[in-house]
Amino acid sequence: MRVEITIQRYNVETDVKPRFVDYCLEAGRETTVLLALLKIKSEMDGSLSFRASCRAAICGSCNMQINGVQKLACNTSVFDELDRHGKIVIGPMANMPVIKDMVVDMAPFWDKIRQVKPYVVSHNEHSPVPTAALKTIQDDLHNADACIMCGACLSACNSFEVSPEFVGPAALAKAYRFQVDPRDEIGTNRLAQLQEDGGIWDCVRCVYCVQVCPKEVAPMEQIVRLRRMSIQSGMDTTIGARHITQFVKVVGEEGRLNESRLPLLMLLKHLGKLIQTLPLAIKMLFRGKAVMPFGTPPQGHEVVRAIFKGRKK
Amino acid sequence: MKYAYYPGCAAKGATPELHQSTMKVVDRLGIEVVELEAFNCCGAGVISEADPDLAYLLNARTLATAEVLQLDIMTVCGTCQGVLGGANKALQKDEDLRKRINLELKKTTGLSYNGGVKVKHLQWILVKDLGLEALKKHVSHPLTDISIAPFYGCYILRPDSATGFDDWENPVSLEKIIKALGAFPVEYDSRTKCCGFPVFLEKEEIATEMVEKRISDAKDQGGDAMVTPCPLCHMGLDFNQERAEEKHQAKMGASHKLEMPILHLPQLVGLAMGFSSEELGMKRHLVNPAPLIQKIDVM
Repeated sequence: MRVEITIQRYNVETDVKPRFVDYCLEAGRETTVLLALLKIKSEMDGSLSFRASCRAAICGSCNMQINGVQKLACNTSVFDELDRHGKIVIGPMANMPVIKDMVVDMAPFWDKIRQVKPYVVSHNEHSPVPTAALKTIQDDLHNADACIMCGACLSACNSFEVSPEFVGPAALAKAYRFQVDPRDEIGTNRLAQLQEDGGIWDCVRCVYCVQVCPKEVAPMEQIVRLRRMSIQSGMDTTIGARHITQFVKVVGEEGRLNESRLPLLMLLKHLGKLIQTLPLAIKMLFRGKAVMPFGTPPQGHEVVRAIFKGRKK
Repeated sequence: MKYAYYPGCAAKGATPELHQSTMKVVDRLGIEVVELEAFNCCGAGVISEADPDLAYLLNARTLATAEVLQLDIMTVCGTCQGVLGGANKALQKDEDLRKRINLELKKTTGLSYNGGVKVKHLQWILVKDLGLEALKKHVSHPLTDISIAPFYGCYILRPDSATGFDDWENPVSLEKIIKALGAFPVEYDSRTKCCGFPVFLEKEEIATEMVEKRISDAKDQGGDAMVTPCPLCHMGLDFNQERAEEKHQAKMGASHKLEMPILHLPQLVGLAMGFSSEELGMKRHLVNPAPLIQKIDVM
């Protein structure tokens, strides 16, 4: 079948802005986006640039945006994309500077990875943990070690898009992977560093990273685990941590979220911030949007209290 | 068509107009609802950050309550849909999990859940259970020449293992509803992205920057208003719009305002059925919807 593929072309050294070019070629059921790109490069336009190596979803080189979604070109079918979107538009990964066509500068990605000390920190020459015991940590890793460093998650990350200081999903999944490694002797130091701006509390839980990861690393779920570990280790004073602990407290007492009481509790130890939010609270009050922070809890709260009480046991 | 109606905390708290407009619309459409008056919070993905089993217990109680009524659940909140619907799928699929949760649930509440309930957002009910043709029959005031930017938000789409109605890469149900109401659906990149609400207090800069990006994107593509199936997105985009506008004006100049009304899905449906903005609780919005209402009235 004859298919049309639209590709974003751009060369940082010669072009003012990107342009879209259409290519027509024969494709079959077995044609992947990578095969199509190789065909275009060899038969139609040798100047087309992209990274690729293993062709088997292992090396992570060929991630790009295919119909606006971060995917490995080597395991994305041309026909499936046409079925799903009715078109094929290819561009470079977002959130990273474009060098040429689909080739991006991955320096921001690698910088983030390095920030979290992505290795076992140990003063022992040999592991004090027996090999047999290491096998049991597989479950605790939750697939966090399956990352192929393709950059899809950082490219799709909604938080990184607006806040380049955010360390991002891949690096945090790595941080989690080494945080639960029994050979690691860094203790809570890595975790403590991640409480700062740009750390775990910058994640907005948009779930994009979970969705685009080609290896089911589910970075956001590892970020959630790091958050849980932080609170359990007593690092619970950030507004992000208080969002969780005080949310649980309010629902545990009232059965539902009280949207006026939660901010008060979250910001109790951050008075400056509390004062900053007062004008908005007053506006909400005038529009009938502010519920009373204290008062009789809604129907059903007794049952919820019983559930929470049972859980504590 | 009859459902156990799970309003969620927002519709019974900071966005009562969502509950108000839902009631108007379902009544007109002949969708019968039994409100779960003693409902509990779904956990919003926050309780599971502290204790995943606690979140399962809360949602199993909701599901078991609907199961006793022999009704499927209707949600009106994208976040509730993702969290309660996702918990439902996990409990249905994973027998060990269901057994473990039921053991604890039975002890504290006497209830247990057997996996017999479906959880559906009003958006999905309009498209599938009711059907767009039936919806069109109730459109007495088509929103001709009005451009509406659909804003899905996160949890009604992702992770698709928990949702599975729209294709998360290319959702179409809001666009279908907008067309059925006679309006024009705006195409823009931001429609499936985060509204910033989850970090509204802790990371104000991130949240505000997101709101500025989403709304200016919708505006650039000609949107008269945005519509969302999630009251948390409504709060993010409506409550935080003033700050986002300051940011926008700093970037673009003082004449560039955002002024984007953020409508709950049943409010948009209600307008096309001839309900007044008062009946749909739109005076509760922080961003004044009057220019939109005037444009609709002129049409």
